[in-house]
Amino acid sequence: MVPESAVSTRNISKNYGDVEALRNLSLEFPRGQLTSLLGPSGCGKTTLLKIIAGLLQPSSGEVEVNGHTVTGPGPDRAFVFQDFALLPWASVIRNVAFGLEMRGVAKSEREAIAERYIREVGLAGFEHAYPHELSGGMRQRVGLARALSVDAQVLLMDEPFSAVDEQTRRKFQEDLLGLVQNEKKTFIFVTHSIEEAVYVSDQIAILLPRPSRVSEIIRPSGFRDKGADNIRRDPEYLDIVDQIWASLRSYVE
Amino acid sequence: MTVFGYRLPGMSSLIVWGLLWEIVGQMGLTFFIPPLSEVIATLFAVIGTAAFQKALAETAYAFSAGVFFAITIGIPVGILMGKNRLLDELLLPWVNVFLSAPLTALVPVLMVLFGFGMKSIVITTTLFGIWIIILNARAGVKQINRSLVEMAHSFGASPWNAFTKIYLWAALPEILGGVRIGIIRAVKGVIIGQLLISIVGFGALFELYSANFLMAHFWAVLIVLFALAFTIAEFLAYLERRVAYYAAKR
Repeated sequence: MVPESAVSTRNISKNYGDVEALRNLSLEFPRGQLTSLLGPSGCGKTTLLKIIAGLLQPSSGEVEVNGHTVTGPGPDRAFVFQDFALLPWASVIRNVAFGLEMRGVAKSEREAIAERYIREVGLAGFEHAYPHELSGGMRQRVGLARALSVDAQVLLMDEPFSAVDEQTRRKFQEDLLGLVQNEKKTFIFVTHSIEEAVYVSDQIAILLPRPSRVSEIIRPSGFRDKGADNIRRDPEYLDIVDQIWASLRSYVE
Repeated sequence: MTVFGYRLPGMSSLIVWGLLWEIVGQMGLTFFIPPLSEVIATLFAVIGTAAFQKALAETAYAFSAGVFFAITIGIPVGILMGKNRLLDELLLPWVNVFLSAPLTALVPVLMVLFGFGMKSIVITTTLFGIWIIILNARAGVKQINRSLVEMAHSFGASPWNAFTKIYLWAALPEILGGVRIGIIRAVKGVIIGQLLISIVGFGALFELYSANFLMAHFWAVLIVLFALAFTIAEFLAYLERRVAYYAAKR
């Protein structure tokens, strides 16, 4: 059973001059679940995510979050950036509290909240470190803690694990599964890794390029409860990975 | 440098030049070059005089005021130019023209507009310093990581917050580089302004000394000015090195 949508995009088109990046794209994002946007590079998945974030305006169509039409960034959504987007001159705790600072939360209160999320992402003890003193994986944990600390219902993640090493990435993927279960938030996750998408997603939207449209929606169901360790050798997992690759391979040059 | 195994302290070559000056001065070749020892003796005598201290105070005032305006106007204008395409198109040609223009030629115009006093000197000082500060602040803002800007936007930063909490800090190394060069230029501005207007500060002193052929006095004041300008430049370079540490890490 598919729960009601937290986010819906309706007939989104986006043109850059003569170039059609997205055409008439409609998609539903079920509440409390993780939806991946998967596709070859240039398929407009990041563009779609930024339109949902309100960072880009669609040429036509509209985005609804919890029934409200999106006109710009809002407190109901938080963004996790591919390149982390941390303030290099600010300590971890200030970076994590940045979203709250922008909302005018008092310093002691926002630092208390930030400390809690820093612990939650496993960075306790690094509150006063600076981004350049952290590894790539730790920096993205800071980015994640910053997005979590504003307590938005929708988390938008733009290839968040693409700039970290393979082992860290696997750990992140496992942690993400736990996060989706515990946080009761709606996650929208952009990735170009088929395995990653199948591993973490409740729903995978496959986007095909030029112009971008949704070609297929896949909802893995059988292996989600089998535990993080068993997913990667589950037959359904392997079948879906193969199936997606079969439909994408002709678009990869 | 090491000589006969001894490590010489920095700038010891000045001793050689000082000796040469002393010898030429002692030979009495020209009234224009009195011996260095006489110049230094005069220097200490001059520093105590009311005329010198008044000149120093006036210069310090004009310099601080000029630098203050150059920084407080220059940095925001530069940041706005970096952010706003229209403003950039409007102002950039003028900034570039004034950056390379021989500003000394403008001083007589300033005297006509603002009178023969402190106001003109302050404006001259500002004009010398401000353009490079604007250009550097603009360059600093232009190189800001796009995703930092998007990040601030996505977390709902107001324009004022984005300005004070992102743009200013992200552009800080470039801004400070511009401020350092701007201040060095302002030192030139404050002296040139005084010399041309020449009824206040060191300009008046120079006028007095050279008109009366007091060459030792003239050289003494010149040494003081050179030393002051050099000290300010070195101090700023030291501050900049401390900021460069974090600039390299961003």
